[in-house]
Amino acid sequence: MAVLAVLAGVLIFLAVEGGPAVFYKQGALPAHATSFWQLAGPLAFGSLWVAVIALAFAAPPAIGVALAATVYAPNQRFGRLLAAVLDLLAAVPSVVFGLWGLMILAPLMGPVDAWLGRYLPWLPFFAGPPSPTGRTVLTAGLVVAVMILPIMAAMCRETFALTPTTLMEAGLALGATRWEMVRWAVLPGARSGMVAGAMLGFGRALGETMAVAMVLSPTPFLVSVNVISSDNPATIAAFIASTFPESRGKQVGALIGLGLVLFGVSLLISVIGRRIGRKAVPA
Amino acid sequence: MTATAPIPTATPSLGLAALPIDPDQRKGALGQISLRGVNCYYGSHLAVADVSLEIPPRAVTAFIGPSGCGKSTLLRAINRLHEVILGARADGSITLDGANLYGNGVDPVAVRSRVGMVFQKANPFPAMSIRDNVLAGLIIRGQRRGSKVGDDLVESCLRRAHLWDEVKDRLRKPGGSLSGGQQQRLCIARAVAVRPEVLLMDEPCSALDPISTLAIEELMRELARDYTVVVVTHNMAQAGRVSDRTAFFSVSGAGQPGRLIEAGPTADLFSAPKVPATRDYIDGRFG
Repeated sequence: MAVLAVLAGVLIFLAVEGGPAVFYKQGALPAHATSFWQLAGPLAFGSLWVAVIALAFAAPPAIGVALAATVYAPNQRFGRLLAAVLDLLAAVPSVVFGLWGLMILAPLMGPVDAWLGRYLPWLPFFAGPPSPTGRTVLTAGLVVAVMILPIMAAMCRETFALTPTTLMEAGLALGATRWEMVRWAVLPGARSGMVAGAMLGFGRALGETMAVAMVLSPTPFLVSVNVISSDNPATIAAFIASTFPESRGKQVGALIGLGLVLFGVSLLISVIGRRIGRKAVPA
Repeated sequence: MTATAPIPTATPSLGLAALPIDPDQRKGALGQISLRGVNCYYGSHLAVADVSLEIPPRAVTAFIGPSGCGKSTLLRAINRLHEVILGARADGSITLDGANLYGNGVDPVAVRSRVGMVFQKANPFPAMSIRDNVLAGLIIRGQRRGSKVGDDLVESCLRRAHLWDEVKDRLRKPGGSLSGGQQQRLCIARAVAVRPEVLLMDEPCSALDPISTLAIEELMRELARDYTVVVVTHNMAQAGRVSDRTAFFSVSGAGQPGRLIEAGPTADLFSAPKVPATRDYIDGRFG
């Protein structure tokens, strides 16, 4: 009940303060936008795009680490150690990840971006021109991936651990290798849990503010899947954070309206996630 | 151990290389198992000590004994499933038609495809249909059969398991939609589908009602025409009904390892046990 009340309160706040912003015209909006949707559309795209990249990077290692900690662990101590390291990763503040991304990962990614731009330019993601600084959507996605890895791995670990031993033994007794057993006895039953983990991670990635704001220097109104260019789309959360200090009056309302859009996008994603998760459960 | 009945011997020429997964490459295999000095451990705890036993091919051998005597552990050692538990291992020698299953370089995966297993609790894969459950051993190994070959195999295996008539109209339904006894028969069909020589059954009827139990027992007798069947059971009447030979295990106290006390033809062991401990156990349960 309390959760519902808080949620409703947030929604009412967003709707009352930000709702009218949808009809604002040029002048009242930040970044000299001519309409609210000219501003919100590309930002929503940017948020989703960074989150998708983060999810793509985080999902395989999250599942791998979770399997290593449960099914493949040579002993219990190894599994617990792995879990503890991941929990530690989850305790690192967002700002620290932002600094790390900006000062350490970005310079390392510069040559990677250049390589991708030279050898894979026919893929729209690597159309370039490559950014020499490495402060790209690719880098931001990687930083966010590291941030959402712990929650996803933890969710996957929990579900893998729920696999009945008798099912795993059934697979092995049929002459399955360990991987074949995982593929057919563990993963099918864990699908809804993995989807739930991915959704939690995706939601966190959508809302991630500081790390993205620190790594990316956005180009307004840009919609592009190019992940190695210096011209980057911005994300809603990062845009709000970086624009808020210099906004007043109706501009603040517009930013709250952007918050409402982010809320809507997150809600939509979690509904879709639930659908997928439920479908996975056998009748 | 006492062995009175003559035991058919396998061709001794088969070496380590003779553990092909492909059933077509092992024609003429009998499925005779010999255990020599087998010990099973959980970590440093010795659970089963020094078991030597001949298990004849194409017959039902029952393992009986009180709880904790290690009969299930020993059964799981035969298809090398014992060792998948953290810290568990076994030593000694277990041979299948002369090939040591615990020899150097022997892949446990290859062993398990020749020595199938049915568990205490029916465990069909819940996300798979009845049909796919029968073919699970093949699907898992990436040998998805063409629909005609697959259909024939599904039908023959389900007929073997006396399940065909009950499920032929709903092969696409999930395996979990069947009753407990039907699920157990589905698991037998699944085990048979990979064409093993040996079927291990770990208290396969303990969760079933009497009618389902009877169906499985009848099935065991039939399966013994083509497979070596080893069944662990708590139910002595069941051992008496289904098995050709019986091995009695016991344990002398808590923390002590389980040992093989006596083995022989079931009729002899039940009517004239040679070891007093066996008689006590049998009388205690029947009296």
